[in-house]
Amino acid sequence: MSAVVASAPAQALRPRPAAWRHPALRAVISIAVFLAFWELASRLKWPWIGQAPAPSVVLDAWVPLLRDQGYWYSWLQSSRRVVSGFVAAMLVGIPLGLAMATSRRFHDLTFPTFEILRPVPPLAWVPAAIIFWPTQELSIGFVIFLGAIYTIMLNVIGGARSIDVRYFQAARSMGSSNWDIFRRIILPGVLPSIVIGMEVGIGITWNVVVAAEMISGGGGAIQSRAGGGLGFFIWNSYIGGDYPLIVVGMISIGIAGWISSAVIRRLGILVTPWLRLR
Amino acid sequence: MSEAVSLRAGIQPGEIQVSNVFKDYGDARFRTTVVKDCSFTIERSKLTVMIGPSGCGKSTLIRLLAGFERPDSGSILLNGAPVSGPARDRLVLFQESALFPWMTTWDNILYGPRARGEVTRETTEMAEFLLNKVGLKDFRRKYPMQLSGGMQRRAELARAMINNPAVMILDEPFRGLDAMTKELMWEYYSRLFEETRRTNFFVTTDIDEAIFLADRLFIMSNIPTQVRAALEIDIPRPRTQLALVENDRANEIKMQALSILHEEAMKSFSRGSKAAADFVEAYSKRVAKT
Repeated sequence: MSAVVASAPAQALRPRPAAWRHPALRAVISIAVFLAFWELASRLKWPWIGQAPAPSVVLDAWVPLLRDQGYWYSWLQSSRRVVSGFVAAMLVGIPLGLAMATSRRFHDLTFPTFEILRPVPPLAWVPAAIIFWPTQELSIGFVIFLGAIYTIMLNVIGGARSIDVRYFQAARSMGSSNWDIFRRIILPGVLPSIVIGMEVGIGITWNVVVAAEMISGGGGAIQSRAGGGLGFFIWNSYIGGDYPLIVVGMISIGIAGWISSAVIRRLGILVTPWLRLR
Repeated sequence: MSEAVSLRAGIQPGEIQVSNVFKDYGDARFRTTVVKDCSFTIERSKLTVMIGPSGCGKSTLIRLLAGFERPDSGSILLNGAPVSGPARDRLVLFQESALFPWMTTWDNILYGPRARGEVTRETTEMAEFLLNKVGLKDFRRKYPMQLSGGMQRRAELARAMINNPAVMILDEPFRGLDAMTKELMWEYYSRLFEETRRTNFFVTTDIDEAIFLADRLFIMSNIPTQVRAALEIDIPRPRTQLALVENDRANEIKMQALSILHEEAMKSFSRGSKAAADFVEAYSKRVAKT
């Protein structure tokens, strides 16, 4: 800890070329070092990591897939599931969270139920979801919804509760009605927490969609071996014993999750301009 | 700026009468009486400053005056009518900025009129006028976080003034500002008061601030809080910090106030309050300086 603190002024005294400091360059370096280590370890058959196909082998398997419609269809299908489940979680979670944060009675009546349901992992819901819902898509969507809703809700409740009480007092003194306070104090006050809840929540939805697809199958319209969603794609590759393709699927999901988080972060900055100035 | 708009327009200064107010906190087992049989009058069109040891119950009094809380017994009257709940006729400026962080300076200032659905050409003109008055014309589109501490306090003054409160209540508003900015704010704020002659109630722990600003000075007792002494600060306005240092009357009042404060602080010191110990230390330094 102390070493970290001490290094800050030392860096200021010893300026380096500006390019070296660019975050994008550092990101490239980070990934390149990781890939180089992996390639080396794989080729030298180091224990554990030596079992995995080398990045070069993975790349060889990946390139032809880029022209495969089925692969892109998997992207589309998983993304569609994630987005619909996630949007549903927001549509339900944000109003519920706001209601719990603003009404003591509503909170006391509903929160205990949510606290009991919350520790149940979304995957444990898969069998029930398959029985509950008429179509497989709805079942998967429901499991994704469950993955995101608790995080979103808890963030909304926490965010609304942490709004400075003086804002309410000031608003009330200046003549605000309850509705006005809700609209102009609570909503903007809770927005940063909604954004955080969304950022964490979208990550969980990707975890969940993959697992849901693995268990419940690709779900119709499989145009090629690679179709049926990214999760199903991994499962399919595993069944087929194609290890490089498993890794392709894993990396694809990683990239998809990263893009989703980046989009949400951008959206978050857009809707909370006052936080950008910190 | 149109001549029609003036700082005095629509001001109807109020008078607050506090009589025999009691306020307790805590449950049956651990009960603390914070305000005990407290009575005073905040006179119309005067700047009344309240000073007292930290933790003496000043903030509780403010919450009672503002209507955020109710007294256990006793009465608080504004222009003869009992105070019930928060309202625009008694606006509070809080210790640290309570500007809404998600609104620009302009939106913050217009908060009150919008909340009451009173946005007319006059209120917008008034907002414009106040924005100029507090010197934030070029900062109308900035968020509070982009403003310096002094600017934030001025924006908050404007946000309160546009509602034309009968009484403005200020809870250590300049605390946390650096010494230079603080003194500038004293001058700025007292000019503003002299122009409007609105009833102001100003709470502080800083004796120099108190004497610079006050028409009347209440020195509060240690907890449970009461008015220990009320001094008339009959020093002509406008005042400057430089003139006050050499003003015999000012120094006399200061010594008088400090000796009472010292006594009160010693009482809480003997009870073992850490805040009081700090207070005694800080003030003995000040006395040594003068």
